[in-house]
Amino acid sequence: MLLSVITFLPALGALVLLFITGKGEAVDNLSRWIALGFTVATAALSLWLWYLFDPTTTAFQFVENIPFSDSIGYRMGVDGISVLFIPLTAVLMPAVVLTSWGSITKRVKEYLIVFLILETFMIGAFATLDLAIFYVFFEGTLIPMFLIIGIWGGARRIQATYKFFFYSFTGTVLMLLAIMYMYWQAGTLDIRVLLDFKFPPEVQTWLWIGFFASFAVKMPMWPFHRWLPEAHVEAPTGGSVILAAILLKMGGYGFIRFSISMFPDASHQFSTFVFVLSIAAIIITSLIALVQTDIKKLIAYSSVAHMGFVTMGIFTGNIYGIHGAIFQMISHGVVSAALFLCVGVVYDRMHTREIDAYGGFVERMPRYAFAFMVFTMANVGLPGTSGFIGEFLTMFAVFQVNTWVAFFAAFGVILSAGYALWLYRRVIFGALTKESLKGILDLDAREAVVLVPLVILTILFGFYPAPILDATAASVNLVAQNFANAIGAASEAAVAAAGH
Amino acid sequence: MIQAIVFLPLAGALIAGLLGRIIGHRTSEYITTGLLIVSALLSWVVFAGYWFAPETAEGAGHAEATKVFVLEWIHSGPLQLDWVLRVDTLTAVMLVVVNTVSSLVHIYSIGYMAEDPHRSRFFAYLSLFTFAMLMLVTADNFLQMFFGWEGVGLASYLLIGFWYKRPAASAAAMKAFIVNRVGDFGFALGIFAAWVVLGHLDFDGAFHAAEGLKDNLPVMNFLSWQFDAMTVVCLLLFMGAMGKSAQFLLHTWLPDAMEGPTPVSALIHAATMVTAGVFMVARLSPLFDLSATAMMVVMVIGGITAFFAATVGLVQNDIKRVIAYSTCSQLGYMFVALGAGAYSVGVFHLFTHAFFKALLFLGAGSVIHAMHHEQDMRNMGGLKDKIPLTYWMMIIGTLALTGVGIPGTPLGFAGFFSKDGIIEVAYAAGESTGYIIFWALVIAALFTSFYSWRLIHLTFHGKPRDAAHSHTAHPDPAHAAAETHHEPIDDDNTDHAHGHGHHGSAYDNAHESPPVMLVPLFVLAIGAVLAGVVFNDMFFGHTEHIEHFFAGSLVVPAELLDAAHHVPLWVKWSATVAMLLGFGAAWYMYMVDTKAPQRLAEQNPGLYKFLLNKWYFDELYDRIFVQPSLYVGNALWKGFDDWLVDKTITEGLGARVRDVTNRVVKLQSGYLYHYAFAMLIGIAALLTWAIAAGGLL
Repeated sequence: MLLSVITFLPALGALVLLFITGKGEAVDNLSRWIALGFTVATAALSLWLWYLFDPTTTAFQFVENIPFSDSIGYRMGVDGISVLFIPLTAVLMPAVVLTSWGSITKRVKEYLIVFLILETFMIGAFATLDLAIFYVFFEGTLIPMFLIIGIWGGARRIQATYKFFFYSFTGTVLMLLAIMYMYWQAGTLDIRVLLDFKFPPEVQTWLWIGFFASFAVKMPMWPFHRWLPEAHVEAPTGGSVILAAILLKMGGYGFIRFSISMFPDASHQFSTFVFVLSIAAIIITSLIALVQTDIKKLIAYSSVAHMGFVTMGIFTGNIYGIHGAIFQMISHGVVSAALFLCVGVVYDRMHTREIDAYGGFVERMPRYAFAFMVFTMANVGLPGTSGFIGEFLTMFAVFQVNTWVAFFAAFGVILSAGYALWLYRRVIFGALTKESLKGILDLDAREAVVLVPLVILTILFGFYPAPILDATAASVNLVAQNFANAIGAASEAAVAAAGH
Repeated sequence: MIQAIVFLPLAGALIAGLLGRIIGHRTSEYITTGLLIVSALLSWVVFAGYWFAPETAEGAGHAEATKVFVLEWIHSGPLQLDWVLRVDTLTAVMLVVVNTVSSLVHIYSIGYMAEDPHRSRFFAYLSLFTFAMLMLVTADNFLQMFFGWEGVGLASYLLIGFWYKRPAASAAAMKAFIVNRVGDFGFALGIFAAWVVLGHLDFDGAFHAAEGLKDNLPVMNFLSWQFDAMTVVCLLLFMGAMGKSAQFLLHTWLPDAMEGPTPVSALIHAATMVTAGVFMVARLSPLFDLSATAMMVVMVIGGITAFFAATVGLVQNDIKRVIAYSTCSQLGYMFVALGAGAYSVGVFHLFTHAFFKALLFLGAGSVIHAMHHEQDMRNMGGLKDKIPLTYWMMIIGTLALTGVGIPGTPLGFAGFFSKDGIIEVAYAAGESTGYIIFWALVIAALFTSFYSWRLIHLTFHGKPRDAAHSHTAHPDPAHAAAETHHEPIDDDNTDHAHGHGHHGSAYDNAHESPPVMLVPLFVLAIGAVLAGVVFNDMFFGHTEHIEHFFAGSLVVPAELLDAAHHVPLWVKWSATVAMLLGFGAAWYMYMVDTKAPQRLAEQNPGLYKFLLNKWYFDELYDRIFVQPSLYVGNALWKGFDDWLVDKTITEGLGARVRDVTNRVVKLQSGYLYHYAFAMLIGIAALLTWAIAAGGLL
């Protein structure tokens, strides 16, 4: 039951909010407090889930199974691959609600309802064990996100929502076809059964492409990333946070859960292709980030580069790569959320995203400068921050598979230092000369409550990543083992064929 | 005890950094400084244990390192990395160097930074740096070393950019971090390669595995080529060392790092952080020893750096930049020793250099303090009588740096023993490369002596040349790319004690520094005088003594050291002669015929500009790395991302798509609900159809 409660508690919160009527500041604040209550309760339950999770087994835990028919059913359950995404989602939601105090003034109640529904969809996508339900939740997230950008977004929000929808939906159609085909082949959409079902290699190729289309857009991988900077720029702070921290991770989760695990032969076949795109993401988008003048675009492009490490790690298929990819996703969830929250802090004060309009914040905002420094360093992948572990493990993994890929990926390490420090220098350092900035105030209590835990998590997981690595280890081992077996069997078959 | 040594500075950093505003500047200063003094004293206790270690029954070279487990770190499959503090002789030497200089710099900074409004932050950074450096030297595996490595980089970044209002300081901080990242690019790949070749990332495991490969060195495939595996590992790791230790090609950040406050230059950019590369090669000596190619590269890069930096040092006018290039050059000497295989001698020079170079920097800081933040030596002169204590301390530092001593006797300043040792090792390493490098080092010794005495003459001797006395001609042409630097005093604090200095003559108002700044100078001066003669036997004495002292913490090549002890007499004297020649030339050009430098520069304008502009490396790198990156970034963004993907593919999919866009654009946000609802229905319908169709089939 725990998984269902965590999944649908936010939706219940949305339902409660629907019954609140009236207008005005008091109603807005009441809505905020209710939403905060529900998200905090969900977060607490998700942490409890993490605590109860048994890291020694590879089996799915907290399983719920209510079959609707022979083939489709309400199936929930988590293993080491999925379990951590639930607390990640749930812990960031209260932060999103808290930002609505400063940055959202119109249709506050509706804003919160949409976010609560989005939370249910996101958690559901990670927690379900049925491919049809996964599809519904996975696609379902599009709608609230579409509304968030479309209603509470910036000036060019309509173009951004269009682009967002266009890319995502194109990818999805192909995935749906693949899901249908899998159903015809396997006779069920139970993920546990599908994980053990061996699809013939030539079928895998097509199914892999179908899923790839959807996840590559979601990640987003280069060159399917173009919707992301637009969406980020136009989205309100809360939208950017959820987009960067959670929605992108659904792509990475999908690659591990479906592509690598169900279609290992095809994954192996396509690994070089994915490596090339990952390297392109790391180097090209880093270079693009270097020349951005819009602070949100810069961070959005850096997200694409960081997701390049994730895809690169996943398709090595070895323990370090997958372990590193999961860690990188969790870490990036925290760090990118924090960076967008930091942008939100100054956006609420200055109402501009132009980097040139800033400068010298350290003078008036030392606490803000400190938090921003921690997240910048995590973005750069400094050892001692959570950003390092994932980058290290994924590059470590790929070096054993292909030294060229590791060589180019390591360039990303230099470039990330370039764009991140250049940003920091322009925003935080320098003399505070601009008249408009003279009266700017440091973090208030509400903002500190949001950012301080993220600072602590960033540093804690950098020094002591065991809570994340241990929880995922057993399942990662299994995935890597299965992948190696499949590749081994395939190459043995090839050798045998060559022998005859 | 080792936990206390490493974590007390961290505690200080956290207290001063997080609570600085509550407890106040003075308390922050006292807490961080006090904790560091304790840490330094404990380091000496640890060091004494190795210094006076009794002869063990097992004989030399097999003592186990002490290891203290702290915390689990990265565990992923077979990869098991933990936070472990490792102490052996090499670490103990570094502990003493780091903590001694750091505690003295802390004390000194109480005086030097007295007027800065952000002092608690400054002390927090200093202590944070010390912690990271201690993690580096106590690392028990590659990755923890990498942590310390990047950690000191962060602290260096923060401290160089400490005066954040100055664009030059922020730029220099960024440059230091990014150039170091270029080195770390190699370091990281080296770690990966070490795992592939050796199967271990903890030092003992890796060394043991390397021992097993000794007779049958493997090849590895790196970037589609077959290379000798140990050469690949060592050269990649050495790239990291080149960045951190500002070796030729990756040296450009170090002179710019002088934008930081002078105590920072003394601690980080002279005595400790920049020697991390030397420490790394010494620590990994069992690996480097297996690749003759890598060792040759280390030696050649060291030789080039020693020579190159010395030539640039000849013509610089900023007092700190002269010492910065000198540091760069001396680091080159250390790498020559390492590359020749005489690791202990390289570490010896690291040890002595820490004392006299910190002394020179802090002395220069005292001069700058006295001159109200004037750094251009062309505006100094005649300060000997104004600040006599600083003068004498600088003289001691210079005597130690230039290596004054009498060959064949135990009489000499610290640098005499270690630097002459390196020159002898280079000669003994022999073969054509060894001789070329030997001569490069001898010439560099001449240059070192010249620019060191030039600095003394320009600063302390002759007549004052500050604004009020500026009728005297500048000794160097003032026009060519003069880089004048003033350490700023924060705007918030204009009514400080020295404010009056700006109105009168800097020379007339020059004053000796307070005791809190002078005492660290005295302590370092003792080190600069005695560090060589006292420790010579342990680092560069009889082979058995070295082996006994280091107890297996680095490789000791008996034959090479023997050969170095038995070089011809003229080789032993060569460095001393070069030193005397340099002294004589400086004396002539700056004390006797003071027009000579200008004449020389005017006669060789090309060479002079070439040296003054540091061989044009900054311009070159800007052209071939920085500008193209920005250009490509822009091209990819505007050209590929915006034009091709966006305009051409996404939006050019036909009029149909554009129609949709236009219609969507026209939608009011209220209609978005309907649109979203339609989407939901659509998805549900699609899914139902899919499942139903699937079920039917």
